[in-house]
Amino acid sequence: MAVATLGLLAIIAVQILYKTEVDTIGFETWRPVVYAYMLWGVAIGIGQVLTRGEDGQRALFLLPALLFTIAMVIFPTLFGFYIALTDWNLSSITGRKFNGLDNFWQMLADPYYRNALFNMVLYVLAVLVEYAIAFGLALLLNAQIRARKFFRVVFLMPLMLSPVAVSWMVGKSIMEYRFGPAATLARYLGWENPAFFSDPITARISIMVLDAWTFIPFMMIMLLAGLQAMSREVLEAARVDGATPWQTFWQVTFPLMLPVSVTAVILRIIFKLKLADIIITVTSGGPGGATDSVSSFIYREYRDRSNVGYGTMLAMAYLVIIVVFVTWLLKFANRFVRNVN
Amino acid sequence: MSVQTTDYTASEIRSPASFVANRVFIYGALAFWAFICLFPIYWTITTSFKTAVDVTQGHLIPFVDFQPDWKGWRSLGLSPDSIFRTSTVRDEFLKRFMNSVITSVGASSLAIVIGSLAAYGLTRYRYHFAWFKNEDISFFFLSQLILPPVVLALPFLVLYREVGLLDTRIGLILLYTLMVLPIVIWIMRDQFNSIPVELEEAALVDGLTIWGAFFRIVMPIALPGMVAAFILAMVLCWNEYFFAALLTSTDAKTIPVMVASQTGSQGINWWSMAALATAAIAPLAVIGIALERYLIMGMTAGAVK
Repeated sequence: MAVATLGLLAIIAVQILYKTEVDTIGFETWRPVVYAYMLWGVAIGIGQVLTRGEDGQRALFLLPALLFTIAMVIFPTLFGFYIALTDWNLSSITGRKFNGLDNFWQMLADPYYRNALFNMVLYVLAVLVEYAIAFGLALLLNAQIRARKFFRVVFLMPLMLSPVAVSWMVGKSIMEYRFGPAATLARYLGWENPAFFSDPITARISIMVLDAWTFIPFMMIMLLAGLQAMSREVLEAARVDGATPWQTFWQVTFPLMLPVSVTAVILRIIFKLKLADIIITVTSGGPGGATDSVSSFIYREYRDRSNVGYGTMLAMAYLVIIVVFVTWLLKFANRFVRNVN
Repeated sequence: MSVQTTDYTASEIRSPASFVANRVFIYGALAFWAFICLFPIYWTITTSFKTAVDVTQGHLIPFVDFQPDWKGWRSLGLSPDSIFRTSTVRDEFLKRFMNSVITSVGASSLAIVIGSLAAYGLTRYRYHFAWFKNEDISFFFLSQLILPPVVLALPFLVLYREVGLLDTRIGLILLYTLMVLPIVIWIMRDQFNSIPVELEEAALVDGLTIWGAFFRIVMPIALPGMVAAFILAMVLCWNEYFFAALLTSTDAKTIPVMVASQTGSQGINWWSMAALATAAIAPLAVIGIALERYLIMGMTAGAVK
């Protein structure tokens, strides 16, 4: 036991030594520190088992995931907060320069960032429409139909497909102005100038449609599971009492589905907040930044100017905003579900 | 899934006419949405057999509107006449394809291993790490889900440069593991909760250790859940674009990045683009059709109590 603890301490000491040595002598890369961390994790595991017996064996279940997540999330996030305060252009020779809150003030004055945040609000609101469609599809699949399995597989398909490939083939090809079938159809229906991505509002809607196409199946499947778990007696009772299908839906099905709906919508919103790849590939933010999500804006900010410092500041501000927002959302949803039931 | 919850005999009795109208509406809506889901796939596959003229004129139906041509697939070195010749494009494509396979399988496996262990521990034992209890630890893992990739992307860019993991598959695997870990833990926690504790208690009485009980008794029962989590993780990793675009350049580039970088100097070669997109979509489409049951199981875990 003592040996294990000693070894553990020794490895920690070695690790600290590495870190100080990097400053003074300088390793080629920081990779030794990564290996040291892994060894240290193993040592902790062995130490736990040896010193605490059965309890240690239990702790061993949790340790790998915990150590992994801490190394991969906590440390980079803290590091991120540090680089957010620097002026660091990766392609220039001068390296990083500490510049305090300059990035922060620059961010507050950045109209494109504010626009991207505003777009996120719009994109998140679009989830409600997606929810309505997904609910409708779930009801359809839950109805007494033939070939249910076939339709379920088909409806699930869009979720499986790579958003990048989809945004090329749908966003850039089917919705192409001159020859795309969607444009042809729009012309046929009387829209004379079907340019899906040239004016800001249409472009935003097109992005929402593309994103909805990919993710509606996700909500649909969750809602379908909810519908199938619902007890038949309640519906039966409603019918015996003479309720029309419309009344049954609004007074029985919908309230009973509320918890599942809330889970589905919240998960969907969380995914929506990460929206980037479709925008990057289809419009790359255009026209004039009108369709930018925060993620795609930061991506371009880095690609165009390779300024890590400013990009990270934007990302960190975004992180703070969505943590506050999601916490509020969870609280609100909890209270909402409790109030209705 | 075979449970039928709506009862159409009742409405049938009410009035045959409205029953027929009802049927027509339901199947109409189903067919309409099936068309919306399938048309882009159809378009992608047919476009890969078109020549330039067919693309710009928006031809739709092969053999009627246009003569299929292997042009798109030839440009990837995958058409019948070019498949046995050496082709740099094909090598490039296969390399990207293998990168995608290795990173997504690697990351999913790693996430399944450490995720299932953690989920099992969290459902069976009580932990205290400093002031953290089980609920706090679970919340810590699940809260990773809201972390947007963009927050980690730039710090990781810098860190990976320092550690020499930039543009490597290992680097991508680690990040993807992190990305899918909360989902795996979510699914597996649900799965382990549904297994009665008595099974393990019996195993412990019979002289197995905690870990022995886990591997011999619990794992086999939880296998379907693991498959479900694995497939869902695979799908997410295979389609991931953001990290791959930022953190890889020549060696570890994955299929989505290759798809996204297909613009040539003379505009887009739609036929080769479509062939590439088809190749990027095909593996998951096959998985989706064959293992749909597990996918649904993974997505609905914990949704319905």
